[in-house]
Amino acid sequence: MKKYKHNINSEIAYTHLFTKKKQTFIAALGVTVGIAIFIFMNSLMNGFEVASIESLFKSTPHLRIYKNDALSESLVGSLDSSKINLISNPKITSESKKIINPIALLKTLKNEPEVTGVTPNVSGNVFYKNGDSEVSGRVSGVIIEEQNAMFNLQSYIVDGNYANLSGYQNGIILGVGIAEKLNLKMNDNVTVTSALGVNKLMKIVALLETGNKAIDKTLSYINLPVAQQLQKQSPSYITDIYLNINDFEKAEASIDKYKDLTGYDVEDWETANASAAAANKMRKMMAMVISLSIMLVAAFGIYNILNMTIMEKLNDIAILKAIGFSGKDIVRIFVSEAIIIGIIGILFGLILAFILINLMGNMWVGGDIGFFPIRVFPKYFGVGIIFGLVITFFAGYIPARKAAGLDPISIFRK
Amino acid sequence: MKNSDIILSTEGIGKYFYEPEKFKVLTDINFDIKKGEFVTMVGKSGSGKSTLLYLLSTMDTEYEGTLTLDGENLTKQKKERLAEIRNEKIGFVFQFHYLLPEFSSLKNVMIPALKLGKYSREEIEAKAYKTLEMLGLKDQALKNTSKLSGGQQQRVAIARALINDPKIIMGDEPTGNLDSKNTSIVFEIFKQLTAEFNQTVIAVTHDNDFAKASDRIIEMADGRIIL
Repeated sequence: MKKYKHNINSEIAYTHLFTKKKQTFIAALGVTVGIAIFIFMNSLMNGFEVASIESLFKSTPHLRIYKNDALSESLVGSLDSSKINLISNPKITSESKKIINPIALLKTLKNEPEVTGVTPNVSGNVFYKNGDSEVSGRVSGVIIEEQNAMFNLQSYIVDGNYANLSGYQNGIILGVGIAEKLNLKMNDNVTVTSALGVNKLMKIVALLETGNKAIDKTLSYINLPVAQQLQKQSPSYITDIYLNINDFEKAEASIDKYKDLTGYDVEDWETANASAAAANKMRKMMAMVISLSIMLVAAFGIYNILNMTIMEKLNDIAILKAIGFSGKDIVRIFVSEAIIIGIIGILFGLILAFILINLMGNMWVGGDIGFFPIRVFPKYFGVGIIFGLVITFFAGYIPARKAAGLDPISIFRK
Repeated sequence: MKNSDIILSTEGIGKYFYEPEKFKVLTDINFDIKKGEFVTMVGKSGSGKSTLLYLLSTMDTEYEGTLTLDGENLTKQKKERLAEIRNEKIGFVFQFHYLLPEFSSLKNVMIPALKLGKYSREEIEAKAYKTLEMLGLKDQALKNTSKLSGGQQQRVAIARALINDPKIIMGDEPTGNLDSKNTSIVFEIFKQLTAEFNQTVIAVTHDNDFAKASDRIIEMADGRIIL
């Protein structure tokens, strides 16, 4: 009987869309706004999150390996009155802070597949002096190239060049807060005095500004051997090993592994920055809740506007059914209309989201953040497309299915 | 009368309306209609004739009793099958034209045939033109239906009902909106279809002249057939 397959369903769908251009446009606009806001808000929140994590990792490694101060143990486990007890004098020994054979250990760590950066560190408390004025703070003895690779040091250098440190044995990269207090400029000299009374005259090769005042007022970077000399230690003296792995989220889970591997204590960034990590977790939860709410609101808006366009066509549905279109045909016609509206809306939604993100990204917030930390995350554009298609499909399908099940007469009678 | 001559038969058909309150609108409707018959249904408004016609057209499936069309019991059929039957075997003309407002007259007439898919698009278009011409609408073929007068719209709706050569044409006051000249044109077409092509026509009408000229009159009152 059926010899020809005329594509009449799509023809009707296209005619509906093209003869009512304004209505199609408004429905598509509903989708556009929903999708754009969904993508924009997600990018906003994720950009913010990435920025705050990045600022955390300016000075904190994913994992820090160190030898904890330990009391020498008592020679007897517990006091027992039936025996004579030897009295010991528990004390932190000067050896206890030291990591033994650090060069071999660094090599072992570098060979781990997930490790992206390893660098040794000697840190100690010092006084910075210029004439009579002095500031207490902390020096970090580093291998500057490795330090830069791990913490992107160059992006916080406001004057000079971090690489100059390797050229001057007695060079120092000074926090801007210290420089300000001591009235120091580039290429000036500063006296650094360690807790052990060692004095060193250092030349400022670069100035550092992280945006965190507490760091900028205390921290300086010097060459590793100089730091060892300040501590009156040999070239094998290392207090910490900084370790970055490929996924900072896995830091906590890999603590035990590195404890076993090195035999020393391991601290992850979350423990080192408990409040920042908790804030980060909270932000993540908040972002998820907001994202879901936006999804819900956008979905509801899209559903409503498409549902309305279909309900306006209820009479046409009855007519089509009267002349022999089945419920399936009706569903096909209106679902394809919804999907076409959806595709148009999504397309413009992606463009709008892109524009909004760029506008927001050009807003200057200052501080160590600079421009607002929003960026184009392809992930959210992908999710936006899928979300839009799913919603428009159901926004077409549900009302069409409902209308398709009715007897044409029951529609005409209304 | 041979069974194969019967195109449509009803057996004990009854129907209720539930709003505003339960009300029996059709009671025990039994009749057979033969192929090639031109039947009119008359009766006062509220007698249930339009309601009955909608049941016969399968557009209303909430009823009791049995309806048989062209040897096929329609009462227990799935909606998909009923849609196919409406497309292929039934041409329906409403009291109000019920054309699709976004399409031209020609497209409105063509759509049921495109749905049926029995002929190529060119053949369908030629046939639609021919049918419109027969109803004096050739000049209006490419106009959007919302631009036509009431009478013209009604004739386009009739052309749409005829396009698939249905076994049975049903009209709910098909000539209600037409002047006497067009009424007689439509009447002649119906006559010709029944006489020459053995198609069947059932029309609800208030027009006594129209009814009298038909082969058979079914008169209804209070939901029952009285003649």
